[in-house]
Formats: sequence, C-alpha cells, structure tokens
Amino acid sequence: MRAYYKNYDVLVIGAGHAGCEAALAAARMGCQTLVMTLSIDTIGKMPCNPAIGGLAKGHLVKEIDALGGEMAKAIDETGIQFRQLNTKKGPAVRSSRAQADKKAYQLYMKQVLENQDGLDIKEGLVEELLTDHGKCIGVLSRTRTAYLAQTVILTAGTFLRGTIHIGDVSYSAGRAGESSAERLSKSFLDLGLEVSRLKTGTPPRVNARTVDFNLMEDQPGDENPRPFSFSNNRITQSQIPCYITYTNPKTHQIIRDNLMRSAMYSGRIKGVGPRYCPSIEDKVVRFSEKNEHRIFVEPEGRDTQEIYLNGISASLPEDVQMDMVASIRGLENAEIMRFGYAVEYDFAPATQLYPTLETKKVENLFFAGQLNGTTGYEEAGAQGLMAGINAGLKVKNQDSLILDRSQAYIGVLIDDLVTKDIREPYRMFTSRAEHRLQLREDNADLRLTETGYRVRTISTADYQRFLAKKQQIEAELERLSNTKIKPSPETLDQLQKIGLPSIKMPTTLAELLKRPNISYQQIQGLEIQDLADSYILRSCQPVPAKIRDGVGHIRTVEEQVEIQIKYAGYIARQDLQIERFKKFEAVRIPNDFDFLSVHGLKTEAQKKLAQIRPLSIGHASRVPGVSPADISILMVWLKNRTKSSDSSSTEIPAPAKVPAGSN
Amino acid sequence: MDADTITAVATPPGEGGIGIIRVSGPSAFQIADHIFRTASRLLPSGLKSHTLTYGRILDPDNGQIVDQALLGLMRAPHSYTTENTVEFNCHGGNAVLQQVMLLTLKYGARVAEPGEFTKRAFLNGRIDLAQAEAVADLIRAKTDLARQAAANQLVGRLSEQIHHLNEQTADLLALVEATIDFPEEELDLLDLKTTSQKAEQIAEQLDYLLQTAGDGRLLKEGLKIAILGKPNVGKSSLLNSLLAVDRAIVTDIPGTTRDTIEETLNLNGIPVHLVDTAGIRQTDDPIEQIGVEKSHATLTEADLLIIVVDASMPLDESDQQILEKVNLKPALFVLNKVDLPIQTSSVDLLNHLTGVTQTGIAPTIVQTSMIQQTGIEDLKERMLAQVLDADLSQSVLITNARHEEALRAARTAIAHAIDSMKAVMSAEFIALDLRATLDGLGDIVGHTTNDDILGRIFAQFCIGK
Repeated sequence: MRAYYKNYDVLVIGAGHAGCEAALAAARMGCQTLVMTLSIDTIGKMPCNPAIGGLAKGHLVKEIDALGGEMAKAIDETGIQFRQLNTKKGPAVRSSRAQADKKAYQLYMKQVLENQDGLDIKEGLVEELLTDHGKCIGVLSRTRTAYLAQTVILTAGTFLRGTIHIGDVSYSAGRAGESSAERLSKSFLDLGLEVSRLKTGTPPRVNARTVDFNLMEDQPGDENPRPFSFSNNRITQSQIPCYITYTNPKTHQIIRDNLMRSAMYSGRIKGVGPRYCPSIEDKVVRFSEKNEHRIFVEPEGRDTQEIYLNGISASLPEDVQMDMVASIRGLENAEIMRFGYAVEYDFAPATQLYPTLETKKVENLFFAGQLNGTTGYEEAGAQGLMAGINAGLKVKNQDSLILDRSQAYIGVLIDDLVTKDIREPYRMFTSRAEHRLQLREDNADLRLTETGYRVRTISTADYQRFLAKKQQIEAELERLSNTKIKPSPETLDQLQKIGLPSIKMPTTLAELLKRPNISYQQIQGLEIQDLADSYILRSCQPVPAKIRDGVGHIRTVEEQVEIQIKYAGYIARQDLQIERFKKFEAVRIPNDFDFLSVHGLKTEAQKKLAQIRPLSIGHASRVPGVSPADISILMVWLKNRTKSSDSSSTEIPAPAKVPAGSN
Repeated sequence: MDADTITAVATPPGEGGIGIIRVSGPSAFQIADHIFRTASRLLPSGLKSHTLTYGRILDPDNGQIVDQALLGLMRAPHSYTTENTVEFNCHGGNAVLQQVMLLTLKYGARVAEPGEFTKRAFLNGRIDLAQAEAVADLIRAKTDLARQAAANQLVGRLSEQIHHLNEQTADLLALVEATIDFPEEELDLLDLKTTSQKAEQIAEQLDYLLQTAGDGRLLKEGLKIAILGKPNVGKSSLLNSLLAVDRAIVTDIPGTTRDTIEETLNLNGIPVHLVDTAGIRQTDDPIEQIGVEKSHATLTEADLLIIVVDASMPLDESDQQILEKVNLKPALFVLNKVDLPIQTSSVDLLNHLTGVTQTGIAPTIVQTSMIQQTGIEDLKERMLAQVLDADLSQSVLITNARHEEALRAARTAIAHAIDSMKAVMSAEFIALDLRATLDGLGDIVGHTTNDDILGRIFAQFCIGK
C-alpha cells in the first residue's frame, strides 16, 4: 500500500447524481476535492427513467440550483421536453418536469466536472474506508493506493449487494463485479455501520421503430418551456413529444395468469418496494376493479430509438413481459430492447447520520444519495449537495449548514431521513412539507441563494443577478402597494375595457390584484391617461401615462410579485404555523444530553431518542414512537437542567402545547 | 420511572371509617416489608399483585402494633402510577394515619406533592394528557355532575369523539392531498361539493363539542347569579332561604347589606354562586357607595340575574331603574312579600316589563314569601331550567380550557378550509387549513403524521407510474 501524493480536503466516492453535486459543491467552496468513480463514462448516468423533476422533485431541483448545484443547468441544456405540472393549481404545487436526453445529460455533467477548478477525477474502485481513531481519513483503492482526505463522502447508490430479479432468474448486479462491492460492504460493517434492504423496479424498454405512435395519445411539451435554473431565462432547443397509452383487461389477464412466475409474487424478493411506484403486478392485484392503467411512453434521447414504458415496471419472466407488452395498444409489434426487472439492494438507514449527513459512528465520513434509502435523481442530488457543503464547511472549520423544514424541501428530506425509519424507498411529495405554501419553486432563490453565497457555492455573478432580481421584486411590490387609482369615469371605462371589475373607492393596484381572477398581466394592461386619476401614495409622484413601468422585468419577477400579493392571506397563516414550528426547533437539546437518564420516558421512546439524538425539542417530537407525553417529560428535564446549570436562558414553551410532529 | 418513593394519605381528611395510606415508587415494597406483618408471615414483597392481605402494621423499632390493617399491593407496571404501589387500609382516625405515614417516611418515602400520583401516571405513560387533566378536574370538582363529567373524560369518551373527528379530517385531507401530489393519475377532479359537505359535518361536530364547553365550565366553575333589587325588598332573606342558613344580616333598615355577599349553592349538582348585591340606589353614604359600585361589577360577571320586587309596595322609580337591567342578561323576576297586602301584582309587573324588555321572550315571574317560605323550590327549579336545557349527565363535556382552546383553533381552521372550498381555491390552500384542523385535534389526542396521510392515499388510490 502506498499513499497518493496529494492530500485532499474532500474525497467523494461515486459520480452519480449525489456524487456529482457533492464534488462540485466542495470544489466550488475552494476545497481540494477528488471524485472517484468506477467508470468515467457513467458520470451523471440515469439508470432509471429519463426525466428530471416532477411533483416536489422539481422543487428539489430548483433548490439545488438556488444553492449553487448543477442539476438544473444540466437539464436545461439537455432536456428534450419540458412540462409544468399542476398548472391549474396554485403556485406552491406547480412543479417542473423535463424529459432528458440521457446521454447528453451524462456528457454535460462529465464536462462540468472535468472543467471544475480544484476538482480531480479518478477512475478507480474503492475497496476500503480507512480510519484512524474512529475518524475516516481516506480510502484504499483496488490497486492498493491510499487516497487520504480530511473528509470522505460515500455515494454508493445501489452498489451494495444489488440483486436483479426477472421472473425466476436472479443474479448479482454490482456493475464492477461482486467481489469488490462485497469488500466495501464488509469494510462498512467492520466500522459498525448498519445496512438494511430495499427493492425497486424498472419497466421494459422498447425500440421506437416498432411502436405505432398513431394509436397513442400525444403528450406534447409546453409551448413556452420554462427553465429549471434561475440563471437561465429561456429554453431554446426544440422539443419532442411523449405519448400515452393504456393497459387493458387482456393485459391484466396475462399478468394474473402468470402472477406466480413474478419474482415479487413467488416470494423471491424480500426487500420492500415503494407504494407510490407499484409494479404492474401490484396495480393489477391491488386495484382489480380498474380496467386500465396509464403508461407514459417516453423517449430516452434524441439519438436513440430506446423508449421507456413508464408505468409498467415488472419482475415477470421475459416471455410474459413480451405477451404483456404486445397486448397494449400501439405496442402490438414492439420489440423489447431491455426487459423490466426488480432490483434488491442494501441501503444504510440514515438514522445513523446527523442532519449534516455525517455518520454518527465515524467522524468525517458522510453518506449521500440512494445509499441513504431514497429514490430519485433529485433526492440524491439534494443530499449530495448538502453533504458536499457540510464536508467543505467542516474542512474550513465553519458552522455546518442544516436547512430546517420551513426553509426548503431539502430540509424536509434530510430531516425525514435522519429521523424516521425508512420502510420503502423515500421519494419526495409536496404533502411531506408542512410549510408547502412557502416552499415554492418560484421562490427557491429567495429562500436559499443568500445561504448559497454565504457558503460560497453560489458564484458572485449569480449572486449579483439574484440581488438585482430581488430588488426589482421589492420595488414592484412597493409600486403596486403605493399606486392608487380613483373611480373616475375614465378609469372605470379602462377597467371595463380590459375586463377588470369596477371600483367604488380609491384602490391600490395591489388591492385590485388581490381580487379573484385578476392577473398581474391585466393590471399591467391598465393605461390611465388622466394623470390626476391616479397617484403614488408615499412619494406622491405623478404616475407615468402608462401605469406599467414594470417593462423589462423578467417574467419571474412579475410572477413573484403576483404570488406574494395574491396569496398574502394564506401565506400569512402559513407564517404563523412556521413561527410555532420555529419556537420548538429553537429549544436546543445539548449534544451530550443523556436520554437514557430521563426517567418516565417510555422505553421505546428512550431508545429511539438515544439513537437519533435529536438536536431540538421540535426534532425530538418527530421521532417515531415519541408521544406528546414524552415530549412534555423531556421539556421538564431540559428545564431542570437549564435551571441547575443556569448557563442557558432558552425559554422553554409550556409543555401543554406539544409541537405538531410529522413523523 | 422516578427514583424516589412517595407517600400520602389517600382518603379525605377527617374522621372516616377507614383511612388509606398510599405508597408508590421503587421502594414501596421494601417499606411494606419493614412495617407490615402478614398473618402467614409472608413478606409483603412476596405477595401476588392485586391482592388484599390482612395483617398488622407495627413499628419495627419497638415492636409496637400501630393498627390492624389490610394491605393492597400492585406490581409495576399494573398500577395507577405504573410503579410498585402499596396501600395500607387502616382504621380511620388522624392519629393512626399520621403514625403510619411517619413510618413510611422513616423507611424511605417522601411526602407526595398534591397531584403527584397522577403526575406520575401521566409521566409514565399510564394516562394521556386529556385523562390527566380530567383527574385534576375530578379532584377539584365540587359537585356530583361535575365529577361525572370529569369521570366521562377519564374513561376516554372525549378522546373517543375527538379521535373520530380526527379520522374524518385525516381522510378528507388525504383526498385533497392526492389530487395535489398525483396530478397525472387523473384524480385531479376534486369534488368540492362532497368535500365541503364533509368539512361542514366536521364543523358541526366541533360546534357541538364546543357548545358543551360552556356547560363544562359551568359544571366546574359554577354559575354566577346576581340578586338585584332596591333596598329592603328582601334580597338577603331570599339568599338565606336559598341557602337555608343565616349568612346575610337581615334587618328592615334599608341598606343593611353594604358589601356584596357571595355564597355557593349546590343546585342539582351544579355549583351556583349567588351574589347578593348591595341595593342599587342613589346614596351619599361613601361606604354604601362602594357597595353600589361593586354591585354594578357583579352585574357584568353574572350569568343570570334574579331581580326582586316588593309586592307590598307600588313600583317606583328605583324599581324601574333596576328592571331596565333585564336586557343585559337572562333574568328571573321574584315578586317577594306576597304574604302582605298586594300593591304590585304579577300582572302589573308583567305589564310593566312588556314595555321594557327587548328580547320578546315572556319574562318568568316567581311569587315568594320569605316569611311563609313559599315559592323557594319553584325559584330553584326555574333557576336551573334557565341555564340548562338538556340533561348534562350523559353528554361528553369539554371541561378543560386547553381542550377548548385546541378545539376552537380546529373550528377556526375548518371554517377557513370551507371558505377556500367555496371560493374554489386550489387544493393546497384547502389542505393548509385542513392540516391546521388536524393540528388542533392533535393537541388533544396526538398528532397525525404526514406519513399517515400518505398511507391513506396509497390505500385508496392506485398511484404511481
């Protein structure tokens, strides 16, 4: 064994979606960073569906962008179809989604990594985590080279003991050969880290040449595609359509007839699959009253004929999959290129981690991505970014960055992961976020970019652009709140002309916008000719002939202003809830607090608390198995402790009001 | 579990037939081993749980027998506090009880703080917060009906009802959430009509529960009744008759009652605080003046007024002034001194009141004579009827201020949600307030988690690509 000649600040193992963000974040913070991957050709690979974003996932991508991550920029550059979801609903639950050109995405990511200052890339296989006195100090490669680093981030994805099941066939699926993956797994267990088992599945992929798209519904992209990244103003590339088709009773009969040949139903699979992403076998069995299930037919790129059949993930034998696909409208002659399969893999329950994603057992070792029991590129990327930032901060000896549940979906994600027991692969949903109305895609930059700049993952140029936008929003909000129009005949005439309701009293533009069914655009269309009819409240300046001086605002500024004014009442109510939430988050539990010494806690609660080691009363209330009564007891003990040590003046809220847990 | 062992006399103070000393905590059994001798010579710590054993309590220092007693023994966690607990059922009498308690103290117990057994039951997870609060109410409750309401809460009837509401709200939220998180599953047709009907039902049930909060408070804190009337119409005699004791000084000199007098009366299980106000009249006497001012204050606090008029005198200006108060609060009219020649009949009073009342409800007039002791029972019945229109003993009552506050928060939130539904707002705005409703209910019965809501969605809908 010999040591590599460089000593790194941050060493990232794996270059999937978590690894890429982790490595880029650390390098951008100025840390000497190394990313090690099994194959440089699979950097940023999308092994499952060819899409980025979706409900709540789009939120994560925007937050990653707002904190200086790369995912949004990558999909803006390589997307082949962009769609906003939930456009008929309110702004908080609108999400962006895009089909990706898989290969182009990978190539883009690889280039960004290659060109990043302070970042080295090394193809190689890690076999062992090196530790010294309980601290991680680097890794050992298969070629017996030791790479030393102050911090190590492991993003091993599903590489630990992956097993693929198709019908009655199962095989090991460590891409680089199982012996090596086994060694890393062993190193893992030697350090006292625990693993558990999950499963997920993929659908078959077919050749587009053999698909009859004329028999399917078109699903075109948006006419005005919107970028993910706050630093992009528009999407310029052409879009290609997706299609929709359906299963039918014949399909369901084929599946039912062969159920016992499915790996899932024959009992071969022991891992737990996700309820929100059931296999087609599951759908047919559990919802037998349904005559059809939707299938999204999604191209995998511009330069490939491969088509992803989103909605029929299966672990049926190959011959049954062929029959099943052939029974579906438009797929009668489809040639399967890759068969669907179920995969079982080890994950490391993230309750072993602090909210910084550092392991509790081994200092300086961080875990991120699918390894922590999540599913999805976005969930992985978000964790990678946060692990990268926290490793960087640790190297720089600065305070760690923990986003709370009221700040970001990333906060919700990590808080859930480190607090709760994962029984199925964890996917983000908007309903996981209690403070959803404030955690919108549109304001992700307003929520997080200052933080990103503080930790230096956001470049000065991006930060300047952000400040300019923020200033425009504030100025426009002020203008709308301070401009009043009077109910003069001319004004009323104007209002009628552009379809706005009449007014009886002098009304500010903000008040007008608050009314239902009125848009910012309509207000902007208002042209008051008679200057005396309107005035600006605070400065008493005459208003320009045309009230709109918002000319030149980017669309996102207008949108932000509209949302903030229109939903002010709801947002205020949400803010009250956030205030209550923050009160309990602010009651800190000291690091050395001995939960086992607290008498009166239920034994189960005591054990869970000792394991999770929550940082605050709010956090403790979300630990599963901890009841409101346990929290009351904990508060009493903390109060006594505060009293006896008298070192802290933290006000402890009355125990009667226990925070609304979310475990 | 607490490290120390607590002891207290568990029976009410006074000379009872038996008295109980309760000891709870880790050394409860050892204490019993020290001071209790069973007939069979078995050590108490070797006895079966939930048994009563005859024996003698003695002072080990001098071997002297303190009392013959029954020993009740309950092993952790199957006791009220979930700790090892022993109860010495002694013969009543303060001296004996004191001596037994001193012995338990000598062998390691400490005196329990008020309510500490219940506190331990709560802290050890034996009872939930709602139940613990019910126990506190139970201890404080002054009358039979109040005890019953607290007891109902203790056995979980309130919890049961709120759990039921919680379920309904969680299901409704799951329905709404499903349309948000799974827009591509063709669920996005939220049927706002059905949804708002369900929300209205929840609101109604909350209203019903909240309505009982008034009654619940009444049961616990009692009803305030102010007795009004010009001087010397017999207010103090009336009070005395109602209480059947001489509490107020009764003379025939007007203005004898210079201060307000408050007494508590048990009216069919409801505590009633009767306040005899100083006669309301113009006066120059500064001391009496203070009394008059106090009377006005009493008036604003009262739940019910009893306005007394002298039947043996014609209605005068002072009566008029007082009768005008009728519009402030629910009121009963007492025509007193009907044993004397009648100058003001109930018809006269009624005629007069028709001109004064704005409520449109026919006033209730009771004729009484304090000399002949007539009309008192009639008055009592009407007092009760005036305030309670239902039989309270069978309903679930909110008797606790914290519960009331939580339910009010839930009620406000569901109203917001209904408003949003009516305004055809997008689902996430409706969800915001349905969540707040759940949080309010959760403050009483424990919180519904996000995972629980997701679980409901996955159980109901076929979701996922």
